[in-house]
Amino acid sequence: MSIIEYKVEDACAILTWNDAGRPMNVLTGDALAELSAGVERAVADDAVKGIILTSGRDGVFVAGGDLEQIEKMGSGPIDAEEMLRRTGAVLAQLRRMETCGKPIVAALNGVTLGGGFELALACHHRILVDAPYAKVGLPEAGMGLMPGAGGTQRLPRLIGVQGALGLILEGKQLRPDQALEKGLVDEVVPAAELIPAAKKWIAEAGEDAAVQPWDRKGFKVPGGGPESPTFAQTFMGSNAMIHASTYGNFPHAKAILSAVYEGLALPIDRAGKVETRYFITLMQGPVARNMLRTLFFSMQSAQKGARRPKGFDRFEVRKLGVLGAGLMGAGVAYAAANAKLDVVLLDRDQAAADKGKQYSETRLQKQLARGRMTEEKVAEVLGRIHPTTRYEDLAGCDVVVEAVFEDRGVKATVTKQAYAQLGPDAIFGTNTSGLPISELAEASPRPESFIGMHFFSPVERMQLVEVIRGKQTSDETLAKTYDFLRKIKKVPIVVNDARNFYTSRVFGTYITQGFSMLLEGVKPALIENAGKTSGMPMPPLSLADEVGLDLMVHAGDQLRKDLGDEYDPGVNAPILDALVRERGRHGRKNGKGFYAYDDGGKRLWSGLGELFPVRDTQPDPAEVERRYVFAQCVETARAIEDGVIESVEDCDVGAILGWGFAPFTGGPCSYMDTFGIAAFVAEADRLADKYGKGYFEPPKLLRTMAAEGKTFY
Amino acid sequence: MAECFIYDAVRTPRGKGRKRDGSLADATPLRLTDAVLGAIRERTGIDTAEIDDVILGCVEPVGEQGANIGRLAALNAGYDESVPGFQINRFCSSGLEAVNLGAAKVKAGDADLIVGGGVESMSRIAMGAAGGAWSTDPQIAIDTHFVPQGIGADLIATMYGYSRRDVDAFAVESQRRAKAAWDGGYFAKSIVPVKDVVGVTMLDHDEHMRPDTTVESLGELAPSFKKMGESFGFDAVAIQRYPEVEKIEHVHHAGNSSGIVDGASAVLVGSAEAGERLGLKPRARVVTSVSIGSEPCIMLTGPAPSAKKALARAKMSVSDIDLFEINEAFASVCLLFMEQMGIGHDKTNVNGGAIAFGHPLGATGGMLVGTMVDELERRGLGTALITLCVGAGMGTTTIIERV
Repeated sequence: MSIIEYKVEDACAILTWNDAGRPMNVLTGDALAELSAGVERAVADDAVKGIILTSGRDGVFVAGGDLEQIEKMGSGPIDAEEMLRRTGAVLAQLRRMETCGKPIVAALNGVTLGGGFELALACHHRILVDAPYAKVGLPEAGMGLMPGAGGTQRLPRLIGVQGALGLILEGKQLRPDQALEKGLVDEVVPAAELIPAAKKWIAEAGEDAAVQPWDRKGFKVPGGGPESPTFAQTFMGSNAMIHASTYGNFPHAKAILSAVYEGLALPIDRAGKVETRYFITLMQGPVARNMLRTLFFSMQSAQKGARRPKGFDRFEVRKLGVLGAGLMGAGVAYAAANAKLDVVLLDRDQAAADKGKQYSETRLQKQLARGRMTEEKVAEVLGRIHPTTRYEDLAGCDVVVEAVFEDRGVKATVTKQAYAQLGPDAIFGTNTSGLPISELAEASPRPESFIGMHFFSPVERMQLVEVIRGKQTSDETLAKTYDFLRKIKKVPIVVNDARNFYTSRVFGTYITQGFSMLLEGVKPALIENAGKTSGMPMPPLSLADEVGLDLMVHAGDQLRKDLGDEYDPGVNAPILDALVRERGRHGRKNGKGFYAYDDGGKRLWSGLGELFPVRDTQPDPAEVERRYVFAQCVETARAIEDGVIESVEDCDVGAILGWGFAPFTGGPCSYMDTFGIAAFVAEADRLADKYGKGYFEPPKLLRTMAAEGKTFY
Repeated sequence: MAECFIYDAVRTPRGKGRKRDGSLADATPLRLTDAVLGAIRERTGIDTAEIDDVILGCVEPVGEQGANIGRLAALNAGYDESVPGFQINRFCSSGLEAVNLGAAKVKAGDADLIVGGGVESMSRIAMGAAGGAWSTDPQIAIDTHFVPQGIGADLIATMYGYSRRDVDAFAVESQRRAKAAWDGGYFAKSIVPVKDVVGVTMLDHDEHMRPDTTVESLGELAPSFKKMGESFGFDAVAIQRYPEVEKIEHVHHAGNSSGIVDGASAVLVGSAEAGERLGLKPRARVVTSVSIGSEPCIMLTGPAPSAKKALARAKMSVSDIDLFEINEAFASVCLLFMEQMGIGHDKTNVNGGAIAFGHPLGATGGMLVGTMVDELERRGLGTALITLCVGAGMGTTTIIERV
C-alpha cells in the first residue's frame, strides 16, 4: 500500500492515510480503493475488534476532494451516466464502511474538510484533536459546489436538517469546540490522546457501536424528518432566506436545498444518488467551474506569487512603518501586527497615532470576548504596534506603507521624511486608489523602490491588494512587495500605472451606469434592486451615498484640475450638482443623499422623482442588470487592451475580491468567456447603440478575439 | 350546446374557525355537508337517484376531509348509493369550480343533474394541513418566487397605491353591508342551519361578523405579514420578482382580510329537460365560466383577467353585468379588481363579503353563487359575475343570468 498504512495494535486496525505524492491528503479514487481494502482486511481479521482511521500528515486528516480533478471535469462535457456510476461506487464504498460490522472510529488529527469530513461521517465515532489548526466542515458551497460524497445526507441525519443546512449552505468551517457543540464530532482531545481515545472507544464499544443512527430501528431525523411539520417549515423558511440572500444567482444553493429535501425522504442507500444528480447539475453549469477557477486556483496562485519576478531571494520583513493612522493605516497596522510584524504607526500628532492603535485594540478585544483569542495573545499583538510622531522611529523598517490623505502635496512631504530614515533595502508602498504612482514616486530619492499598494477597507477583512508598478519600479521591489503581502496574508494582483489603475477604473463604471439610468428616467428602486440581483454587493445609489456624494464632487473637482480641457463631467455632474451643491445632500454621513436616513433605516428620498422624472415605460430588470455587468466587462477588456493589467487571472481575482463583482461569474473575463466572446461583442454593440458607445463599445481586443475564436482562458 | 340552469343553492352559516369558541368546531366536515346536501334534497323534493354526481371543492383534503369527501358526503347525507362523488381542489375557487364543472357536464350533455359546492372545516383541519410542494420544494419555491399570499396582497397594495386607510375603509364597508343584509333578511332563503346529532341547532347565522368595526378601531391592529415578510426573506423574494418596488407596505391584518371559518355550500345545476321532468323551477342560467393562470408570486391578481376572459367568451362587456361579487380574500384584491374592471363599489359585493363573513376555503365559491342568485332576484336584476383570486396565481370567474 502506498497511501494507507495498515497496522494492528491492541485489537484495533489502524489505517493511517499519508498521500506522499500530494501536498495534502485529498479524497481520490486511489486512496479510497486502498481504504476499502484496509477495511476489508480488518473485517476479515478475527483479532481486530474495531478500526481506527487517521492520518499521517501533520495537522491534516483529509483536506477535501480532489479539486483539480473537479475543475478539469468542469471544463468539458459531462457524461452524466458515467459520473453517476463512478460516484455511486464511491458512495457504496462509504456505505460498506458503515455497515461492515466492526466499529470504525475517525481519529481526526487536524483539518477535516469536504470529502474528508464526509468520510468521517461514514464512521461510527469521530474524535477530533483539540488544536487551533483543526477545522471541520463542508466548505464546498464557498466555491459554488456542494458535498458529493454523502455529506448532504449524513450530516442532516446526524445533527438535524436545520443545523446541517446552515453549515452546508454557508460552507462553514468549525473549530473543535464548535464542532463538538454542534455534534459534528463526538469527542475533542489533546493530540497525544487521539489514538489512545480511539482505542479506548473501541475497547468499550458495545454491540450496536458499529451501527449508524440511521440504520437503527425507529430512527428519526433529529428535529424532525419529512413527516414532521418542522421539516416543511424549515424548508419554507430556508428557500426564502436563501433566495433572498443569493438572488437565485448561485445554483449550488438550490441544489443543496433540493438534495437534502428530496434525499431525507429516502433510505440512505438511495439518498446518495439524489445528491449525485444535483452535484452533476453543478458540474454541467458554468458557475462552479468559474468560481472554483478564480476563487480557489487563481487566488491561490496569486497569493503564492505566480507573477512575482523570478530570481530574487525571499525578502524577510520584520518591521513595518505605516504613515498615517487613519482607517486605512490603522487597518494595515492591525493586519501586520497579527502577522507578527513590528509596526511603527506614525501620524502628525500622538493622539491620532494612538487612535490608530486603538483600532487594533477594539478588534482584539472583540476576539477576546468571543473566546477566539487569549489575553496573552491580545497583549502580544498590541505590543507590536508602536504609535509615534517621530520619523526617526522608522529606522530599520523593511517596508513602509504610506496611507495618508489622497493629496499629492501631503504624500510628497511624508515620503521624503520617511525615506530619510530608511536603509537601502527598504521598499516604500503608497496606498492610493487612483493617483499616478510614477508622479508620486518623484518625491522618492530611490524611485525604483517605490510602488503602489492599493489596500481595500476594512483592511483586516479585504484580502486584495492592487499592486501598482510605477515607471521606475524595479523587479526586485515588486518581488519584495509580493513577499511582504504574503507575510500579511494578502492576495496581490499586479497592474501598471494609469489613472485609477484597474479596480477603481472598472468599478467606477458600475456607479456611472446607475447615475446614467437615473438621468434616463429609470425608477430608482429598479436601479437599486437590479444592482443587487446582478450580483453586486451593494446597489449603485446606496454605494454613492456610502462613499459620500460630497467626496465624489471633490474627486470631480480634482479631476477637472488635473485634466483641464480633457475633463468630461459625464453623468455625475448634473446629479451631484443638484444633490450636493444645490441641496446639501452629502450621502449617508449627513443623513441625506439619494436616500433619506432616520433611526428606522433608509428610504429612497421622496424628492428624487421631481429632480429626475421617472419614465412611463421602464426597462426590463434583466436589461438593467446586463448594463451593470457589461459596462464592467467592457471596461475590463479595455484595461487589458491598454496594458493596465496583464493577467486574466488577476482581472478576475481582483474584481471579485476588490469590489465584489458578481462572484458566481468567476469575474469579468470568465463572464465574457462563458457568454461567448462573439456573442458578447454583438450584445455590447447593441448596448452601445442604445445607451452610449462610451460605456459599451467593445475594444478592438474583443473584436479580434471574436474574429479569431479566442477566449480569455 | 345545452343550457345549464341553477335550480337551487344553499349554504351553512359560517362559524368561527376556532376550536375554542367556533360554533361549528364540534361538527365534522360530513355534518356540514349533511346540512347542505340534505337541504337540496328536502327543498326540491327530488329522488336523489336522479343526481348524476356530487362534486365538492375542498382545499385541505386530508384527515376527515380527505380521501374523496365528495363521495363520502353523498353517502353520509343518505343520497342513493348510485350517486357518485368526487372532490376537487382549485384552492380558493374550488367551490365555484365544482359548480362550473357540473355545469360543463350538463352543457356537454353528459349529465342531467349535478350538485356542486364545497366544504371546509378550518377549525378542525388547519390551513396548510395538506402540505404541498410549492413552499417547501426548493425547485419550485425558488423558481416561482413563492411567498405567502398575505405578502402578495400587501404587494398589490404597494404597487397600486392602496393605503392602509383605503383597505381599512373597504373592510368597514364590508362589515356594514353584511349587517344590513342580515338585518334585511336577504340571506334567509339560502342559509340552512347546522344541527347536531340530536337535532339541536348548532348555528343559524354567520358568527364571524363585527358590525361595530370602524376605520379607527381597525387602525389599532398590527399588520399580519410584516414580521414574516421582513424577517424571513419573503419581502426580498417578492421584490426580486418586482424590482420596481423599493419596500413592501404591509397594510393587511385580520380586520381587512377574509376570516377563518367553517362552512359548506351546495348548488343544484341541471338541464332544462331534467328541471321540467322533476318540476324544478330554474332560478338562473350559467352563462359561462373560466379559470386562468396569473403570475404566482403576487398570486392574487387573477380575478380581472379571468373576468375579462369570461366576458369575452360570453360576448359581453362590463356594462352588461348588473352585480359583481369578488371574494374578499384581502381588501387590496377587491380594490384592484374594481380598478382594473372600471367598476364602482356600488355594484360590487353589495351585501358584504368574506372580510365580514369569513372564507371557508373550499366552500366559498358555491356560497357566492347562491348569494348572487338571491340578490338578482331580490333586486330584479339580470346578470352577475362571480370571481375569486386563487392560490399559486389563478383566477376563476362565472357569469350567471337570472331567468
